[in-house]
Amino acid sequence: MSNLFFELKEGLIISLRAIRDNKVRAVLTTLGIIIGVWAVVTMSTAIKGIDIAFQKGVASLGSDNLYIDKWAWFNSDIPWWKMRNRRNIDMEDYNKFKDLAKLPIATAPSVITRQGIKTRKHSLDVVFCTGTTSDYINTTNLTFQEGRFFSNTESNSSRSVVVLGSEIAKKLFPEGRSLDSQVKIKGHPFKVIGVLDEQGSWVMGDFNPDKQVFIPIGTVFKYFQNETFGSIVINVRAPNSQMVSPVKEEAIGVMRQVRGLSYSQENDFAINQQGGLLSEIDKTVGVIQVAGIFITGLSLFVGAIGIMNIMFVSVKERTKEIGIRKAIGANRRTILGQFITEAAVICLLGGFIGLLLAVITSLVINKFLPTSIQLDSVMLAIIISIVTGILSGFAPAYTAAKMDPVDALRYE
Amino acid sequence: MSVINLEHIAKIYQLGSEEVKALKDISLNIEQNEYVAIMGPSGSGKSTLMNIIGCLDTPSKGSYIFTGVNVSEMDDNELAEIRNKEIGFVFQTFNLLPRSNALHNVELPLIYAGVPTSERRERAKQALENVGLADRIYHKPNELSGGQRQRVAIARALVTQPSIILADEPTGNLDTKTGEDIMALFNDLFKLGNTIILVTHEEYIAEHAARIIRLRDGLIEKDENVTKRVIPDHNGSI
Ligand SMILES: Nc1ncnc2c1ncn2[C@@H]1O[C@H](COP(=O)(O)OP(=O)(O)O)[C@@H](O)[C@H]1O
Ligand SMILES: [Mg+2]
Repeated sequence: MSNLFFELKEGLIISLRAIRDNKVRAVLTTLGIIIGVWAVVTMSTAIKGIDIAFQKGVASLGSDNLYIDKWAWFNSDIPWWKMRNRRNIDMEDYNKFKDLAKLPIATAPSVITRQGIKTRKHSLDVVFCTGTTSDYINTTNLTFQEGRFFSNTESNSSRSVVVLGSEIAKKLFPEGRSLDSQVKIKGHPFKVIGVLDEQGSWVMGDFNPDKQVFIPIGTVFKYFQNETFGSIVINVRAPNSQMVSPVKEEAIGVMRQVRGLSYSQENDFAINQQGGLLSEIDKTVGVIQVAGIFITGLSLFVGAIGIMNIMFVSVKERTKEIGIRKAIGANRRTILGQFITEAAVICLLGGFIGLLLAVITSLVINKFLPTSIQLDSVMLAIIISIVTGILSGFAPAYTAAKMDPVDALRYE
Repeated sequence: MSVINLEHIAKIYQLGSEEVKALKDISLNIEQNEYVAIMGPSGSGKSTLMNIIGCLDTPSKGSYIFTGVNVSEMDDNELAEIRNKEIGFVFQTFNLLPRSNALHNVELPLIYAGVPTSERRERAKQALENVGLADRIYHKPNELSGGQRQRVAIARALVTQPSIILADEPTGNLDTKTGEDIMALFNDLFKLGNTIILVTHEEYIAEHAARIIRLRDGLIEKDENVTKRVIPDHNGSI
């Protein structure tokens, strides 16, 4: 046992010396490992970041929510023309639904219109304006930087008040002081009564509340009736995640009743969930994964070939040394171990450089995604490096181990 | 019991279709604390014989009993262990690791023997001191003279306290004066009870030995005890 330890230590000393003697060569040969480790760590960091951002985003909009819509949001078996031909969901449907559904803790109608918004100095061409009622805030976990959501009175009487998402507020009022200011939405003046906290979830795409503004639904109908999709969406919040299914069951029943569907008619509405977004996110993650694994695999493969090549050169160059070591008692295992250790150390070196680059990259990614390098990807990087080293070092090391000592000693 | 017992040893190299018989039929016995010189013209098989005695190589035919153990049937790893524990090599070209200092070179066989660090260091230092290199232990081979390098090699050969010391033309790369100093060192080692086998083609070097075996064309031409040996006085340390 102590033998093994001394030999490993000797192997480490030898390899560090060999690397020091050939710095440029060592770094060049580890390029593949550097890129491979960088790619795999960066990939897992990015994926982790997207995941966290998504969880945060879903949480801010309410993770236990259902959205009753004429349209199915995500891939559905129903052909689009069938959905287009469905009757619009209107406020009357919503009011009936609200009365009949007993399980939800909150419900709110919403309608989206895309409008340009202006202040005296700044303007935005296309902003998602969500028209809804004061109940909306209870269907979400949105929090406020300043101000408040619109009140029952404001929404019932269709006032011209607006709540800004954090990014919109930043763009329209870069110098701050947005509260009580006036913005013009398609020429109509609105008073800013609240600004949301940053929810930080661009992965949510159009659902990202940071990029939306909220106005009373009646106001939307008053000014922008022709610029909506015509049909409203009913946001339904379940008390907790266990209740999502029962709430869904009830919602289907209630909606069928509201829409006056007979037993034989199929649903003319869809019950959507944010979870559906997950499959969209998964597509992005999938692309990153394929790219990451491809880059990692290719560079590790190229790297391994490079290491193997350089180790063959190293073994050849040090034939005499191998002969000497064998003459004074190094056995096959010792020589094998020595050169495998050397390959592993070179790869580990490359792995550390790759890891360092990945740390720097993660600082950049951190500007877009809430993420940092995880301990498990560090472990993965180290394991990948060592395994690559062992695999690529084996053949050269084996050549060295089975050298004939007399021939090796005679080598010049 | 003899340390070395060779019976009808032959070594045949296959060079393409041609057979080279480096050793044809060698039988010999060497006892403990003998001082043997092996002589012969170039190509007569001296190095081949030394390699077989030193367990670096295995014979094509014949049997080799080393300290009562049959080594002709051993595998690579067993031979490595014998070389490590029982045999001390000294080569014509020194064969030190160029990037390691004297101390590490001498420590190396002990590393392979699994000797703990502190004991190892102590023994290596002692061995270097015994060959008169106490003040050179941190020097690399290229910072040492030829004679000093050969002393490091001798220290490395001795540090494991082997049963035999094999030296293949140890003075071949040294000038006459330095060569004599090295031979004096071997004389001292012999007086301390070591078994020494030395290859040379210089008569005056062979005169240090008590027995001279002459090879020619892979056969023993003559095996004689040199009765009137004169060991020159030497005051150096060993
Ligand atoms: N590996 C080898 N392959 C082929 N022939 C060899 C090999 N080693 C030695 N020989 C031949 O064996 C003979 C003896 O060589 P060697 O023992 O080195 O002689 P010496 O040391 O006495 O000069 C020589 O003819 C040499 O060419
Ligand atoms: Mg020779």
